[in-house]
Amino acid sequence: MSELAVQATGVGKVFNAGRPNQVDALTDVDLTVAPGEFVSLIGPSGCGKSTLLRLIADLLDTTTGELRVNGKAPRQARLDQDYGMAFQQAGLFEWRSVSKNIELPLELKGWDKAKRRARAQEMLELVKLPDRGDAMPWQLSGGQQQRIAIARALAAHPPLLLMDEPFGALDEMTREHMQAELLRICGETGTTVVFVTHSIPEAVYLSDRVVVMSPGPGRITHIVDVGLGRHRDDDTRETDGFYDKITEVREALRGSRVAGARGIEDR
Amino acid sequence: MSAVAARARVVLPPIVFGVGFFVLWEAFVKLRDVKPFVLVAPSDVWSAWLDNQSDILDAMKVTGTNALVGLVIGTVLGSLAALIASAVRWIGELVNPIAVAVNAVPIVVVVAVLTRMYEADSETPRRIMATLAAFFVVFVNVARGLNQSHPTQLELMRSYAASSRQQFVKVRVPNSLPFLFTAIRIAAPLTVITAVVAEYFGGNRNGLGASITGFLSISKKDVGLAYVAGASVLGLLFFGAAALLEYIAVPWQRQRSSR
Amino acid sequence: MRRLRPLWFGIAAFALLVVMWEVYRRWIGEWLDTRREVGSVLGFKLLPRSSELAMPAVGDMLDEFGKPEVRGSGTSVFEAVLAATFRSFTLALAALALGSLVGIGVAVLMARFKVVQRGLMPYLVISQTIPLIALAPLTVTWGGEITIFGFEWEKWTSAVVLGAFLSFFPIAVGALRGFNSPAASSIELMDSYAASWFQTWRKLRLPAALPYLTPAMRLAGSAAVFGVVVSEISVGLTDGVGYLILSYLQEGTSRPAKVFTAVMGTVVLGLLMAALVAAGDRYFSRNRPKEGIA
Repeated sequence: MSELAVQATGVGKVFNAGRPNQVDALTDVDLTVAPGEFVSLIGPSGCGKSTLLRLIADLLDTTTGELRVNGKAPRQARLDQDYGMAFQQAGLFEWRSVSKNIELPLELKGWDKAKRRARAQEMLELVKLPDRGDAMPWQLSGGQQQRIAIARALAAHPPLLLMDEPFGALDEMTREHMQAELLRICGETGTTVVFVTHSIPEAVYLSDRVVVMSPGPGRITHIVDVGLGRHRDDDTRETDGFYDKITEVREALRGSRVAGARGIEDR
Repeated sequence: MSAVAARARVVLPPIVFGVGFFVLWEAFVKLRDVKPFVLVAPSDVWSAWLDNQSDILDAMKVTGTNALVGLVIGTVLGSLAALIASAVRWIGELVNPIAVAVNAVPIVVVVAVLTRMYEADSETPRRIMATLAAFFVVFVNVARGLNQSHPTQLELMRSYAASSRQQFVKVRVPNSLPFLFTAIRIAAPLTVITAVVAEYFGGNRNGLGASITGFLSISKKDVGLAYVAGASVLGLLFFGAAALLEYIAVPWQRQRSSR
Repeated sequence: MRRLRPLWFGIAAFALLVVMWEVYRRWIGEWLDTRREVGSVLGFKLLPRSSELAMPAVGDMLDEFGKPEVRGSGTSVFEAVLAATFRSFTLALAALALGSLVGIGVAVLMARFKVVQRGLMPYLVISQTIPLIALAPLTVTWGGEITIFGFEWEKWTSAVVLGAFLSFFPIAVGALRGFNSPAASSIELMDSYAASWFQTWRKLRLPAALPYLTPAMRLAGSAAVFGVVVSEISVGLTDGVGYLILSYLQEGTSRPAKVFTAVMGTVVLGLLMAALVAAGDRYFSRNRPKEGIA
């Protein structure tokens, strides 16, 4: 696939334009994400990272600039179901069993029952919960629920995965475990990931590149190339390279804003 | 959107729907030449109101007094019962099944039995029904409030080595006040409804219910509906007063209504 | 045994009421009658008479069930009350079904079109405060006289329509609250699936509304019973238990205990409906987590 997963040029988003409560959520965003890449968006509140994610998801419309997802307009990408999405709250439907939760996007696409069941089971194996299909969501722990949410997001095998702080509600140990799981899953499926987070170590551990953003108005200030290679595990967290990158991202977050932000690599 | 437009957006639709309803009603009756024994138009109701205004107001006073007596006594007794029930568990366990049954059953039929237990012209059976209606609503809600104290606050009191009586007075009772005023807000219109319907079962003919059933059953529906309007006004009055009371007494909380 | 505790207390409470009735009837009432002034507070007589006519013995009430309904007829009071209770129950059930259908339908409209929600909501709220039941006698003269789309309006139609009218309001309010309850992220999820409004309603909003419909159905069930019973009295629906109360009341002097049988029938009616609603709730919530919204 030669298409870029995401291509944003001069993208901007303004809420309540012209009214007293106008908010410039995003300005002049240039960003490309290659297929199979793992990219994190990090920054303080109000920097527009969640807004950017929702623009890619076509849950919001851009005010300015051009945005292409999988080579198409975001709306087309959404209609074609080119991406799966996961949120901080797992958001499983409490009245559906785990399997049925995973089947939800497939039901909406009109898949027949047998195919759905088979795919749901396949996803359960992928997230390492093969015999929990008939359980109800509230019988699962928070981490397990998030794994099901990820299984649901990937059920239709979309090329792109959009995640909005999915591990934010989990404790630290579970969180680290889930990060490793996510890398494994996306490695196996070759999925492109755009990942919003508050946590610097999480962003560095997971990503190929970390996009640093800042508010007032929301914009990209730096893009940090992590460069720790594809294969990461628990030991990676204790290497000097890892700590160096965390420091680099932290300083980028703290540092002065680059006027007229451009998506250039910063080193 | 400007502030005025925002206001209009909220206020206009209900007004449009309300006015539209009356216009459609009037048009339906007049244009389809609906016979008066089936339905009358709003304009007829309005003129009937004007003609019978003093009678309607008198009837409102009678029914309103019955409802008010019931509300006051029912609230007092209900609160007392809830206080006792939270202190002595088995009393609560005895009253609860009755409260559940009362919620399910149209207890107003009991007034049929009460009419023979009192003088023919007594208003007491209706007042008793209104009291019962208010009593159970208040009991259930205040009891819930007394039992639902903030665990953090109770822990705090325990750390002060407060006696259980002090905990009761300083934490449980104040915590249950919002529930009391919510209960009054629910019970107030309920006592009006009970007082009105109680009159369907015989007895004095000087209240709203008797006149409503009397006029609506024959071909004087315009007068009957005027009395219905009077009953609605009474119900809204009680509700408004109770809601205002709740607002003043418990300004920090708008409790979701519960039965 | 512990789980049946509420049941034991329920039986005990009922027994207590019977005991209180009998104690007042036999001893306190008589004692009060000889001291007229004691029973009066603020000028009106507070405590009831306890004569045979006013307060029959509970035993007599139960005896009534065995007696023939009308002098010389083959049906016992028990059979008559049973039949009437069942008849009213079917009407109340029909009323609840109709009210639920319309209530949910209106709630869907209100959830779909926000302007309808804003327009109707205030009326739904105040409907709980005005005596809608007062409209019951309005339909008295409709029975057998009007026809809608070829459907002839019978007396029982009035009862069902009024019951439906009363149960519609709590259901509409509860359903709407439920439809609007899902978290924003769940709505976004459905949007990301490019789901239509109806799909989102069917797969997300409707199931999410169940915990809100539960208390609403409880209210609606008792409202339906209330509407049907009062309608029967206003309209004169002779085969309903509400009417039976009024009719037995007329025999107050010859058979004072008779009316209590019909009252008991009405109580059974209300409890039956409550049990049905509770069973329905348990069935539909069987897969749900145990904690709920009151």
